[in-house]
Amino acid sequence: MRSSEPRAPLGLTIAAVAGLLFMLLPLALIFLYAFSTEERTYRWPPPGLTLDWFRVTWGRVDVWQALTLSVQVASISTVIALIIGTLCAAAVSGTRFFGRETISLLVILPIALPGIITGISLRSAFNLMDIPFSFWTIILGHATFCVVVVYNNAVARFRRLHGSMVEAAMDLGANGFQVFRHVILPNLGTALLAGGMLAFALSFDEVIVTTFTAGQQQTLPIWMLEELVRPRQRPVTNVVAMVVVIVTFLPILAAFYLTRGGEQTVSGMGK
Amino acid sequence: MSMTADAGAILPGRGGVFGALSDLFWRKPKLLVFLMILPAVLWLGIVYVGSLLALLLQSFFSIDDFSGLIVHEFTLKTYAELFRAQNLDIIIRTVAMATAVTIASAIVAFPIAYWAARYARGHWKAVFYLGIMLPLWASYLVKIYAWKLILAREGILNWIFEQLHITFLLDWWLALPVIGGNSLSISYTGTFLVFLYVWMPYMILPIQAAIERVPVNLLDASADLGATPRQTFWKVIFPLALPGIIAGSIFTFSLTLGDYIIPQIVGNSQFFIGQAVYAHQGTAGNIPLAAAFTVVPILIMGFYLWGARHAGAFDAL
Repeated sequence: MRSSEPRAPLGLTIAAVAGLLFMLLPLALIFLYAFSTEERTYRWPPPGLTLDWFRVTWGRVDVWQALTLSVQVASISTVIALIIGTLCAAAVSGTRFFGRETISLLVILPIALPGIITGISLRSAFNLMDIPFSFWTIILGHATFCVVVVYNNAVARFRRLHGSMVEAAMDLGANGFQVFRHVILPNLGTALLAGGMLAFALSFDEVIVTTFTAGQQQTLPIWMLEELVRPRQRPVTNVVAMVVVIVTFLPILAAFYLTRGGEQTVSGMGK
Repeated sequence: MSMTADAGAILPGRGGVFGALSDLFWRKPKLLVFLMILPAVLWLGIVYVGSLLALLLQSFFSIDDFSGLIVHEFTLKTYAELFRAQNLDIIIRTVAMATAVTIASAIVAFPIAYWAARYARGHWKAVFYLGIMLPLWASYLVKIYAWKLILAREGILNWIFEQLHITFLLDWWLALPVIGGNSLSISYTGTFLVFLYVWMPYMILPIQAAIERVPVNLLDASADLGATPRQTFWKVIFPLALPGIIAGSIFTFSLTLGDYIIPQIVGNSQFFIGQAVYAHQGTAGNIPLAAAFTVVPILIMGFYLWGARHAGAFDAL
């Protein structure tokens, strides 16, 4: 094979690197501002650097409450999404049945439609069913669009899982549950872990649907939105912003390493 | 799991409840499938799609002008209201913004995607991966916040212009009608930049995937037949990358149509479709009009997807 390794034209390289800088510099700026001593404005360059705002943020009750709520919501939504998504993926990849394509469409729909449509529909549905807005309505909203991430990861893995292994296990006397426990689950493990982490990140970051399905509770993104619309203490927002970037990025890195075997499901998704 | 084995095979029954259950599932695979998709169908199919349809249905109701209550009678009055000057403005503004963002992001994304797909090796591959994935997955609000920092009057962008002594350029730009404004953070230019930044990864990834799929021997063949690199690019690579661009544009266009947070935080106070929907369902309590407004992006995207399918973008997805 004559796959020559051509050198990129200079103009192209400049455009590409400039584009990458455009993508990355704003995030770098978030990290810098977290250390700025400036209190009232977004002044650049920062007049000085300090670690003091980390201490202040640490002592803020509202930040902790929002963070706790976000972690709880994300954890429970992820568990629900894992159950529904895996079952659905198993059904769709294992068999052909009437309405199979519809199921795939159904799972993707909540993330394909703009968040505002999902949000309003759910809100009016909750109103119609007389369900008061609570912790659980937030979770229902989040689980709705988290299913798709788990589903995508699981479907990709099921495709690689050979049916003959399941049949062999059953021939050797295992019942369906033992097959699931000892054959399917170990094979599915990393895909589910990756899907779960992506679902967690998606839920942890979600704001549009949440504004419609939350009552008085503040998840971290809702807290952040409040600060964006009506800034109260900017340095605290800076610190929280930095922490949020780190928290959402770690699962992404981990998911990347877990699914490196060519599935590339990390890239296909996002909100 | 293929369930093709003959159900009538002679096997000893399995003991216990689990054994009996798995025998049942083996004999009736459809029952198992049914149970597996039941939760998804119940939640997504009935509650979610049901509430979507209920919302769309409401767009055919109207609101009583005097009492402010919803009149539950079929009417197209609410849709007619969309064509009032102020509402039509909102729709045109949003579609124009979505178009501008889509075109600009295709232009900025293409070199990045092309470089990442064709030339990135080793370390550079990781750099490009991170450069695309970090912004994709970083919190949406934090990204907007970063731009609030950048575009602020006392922020880094103004500072750079000052350092280079070209502030007059910025002033000239802001003095332009429509796209200008008092400062970058309250102008359409600002809104545009944030949209561009936030949706950029969605444009890069499909283009990159499309270019990566172009077989190297096609390029070799083109070169062997005497094409210059420029000809190879325009005659071979670009047509094959086009479905990727269209696929990316589906994301950037649709996401811009539906967004209501970015124009609320960075921009002048003119409404976009998302904000109109939010305002009408919230304080105004005019759910029918809000519902009618949500139909607009759905319709536009319907046409867009139909056109994209025509152009063969789905074959590349």
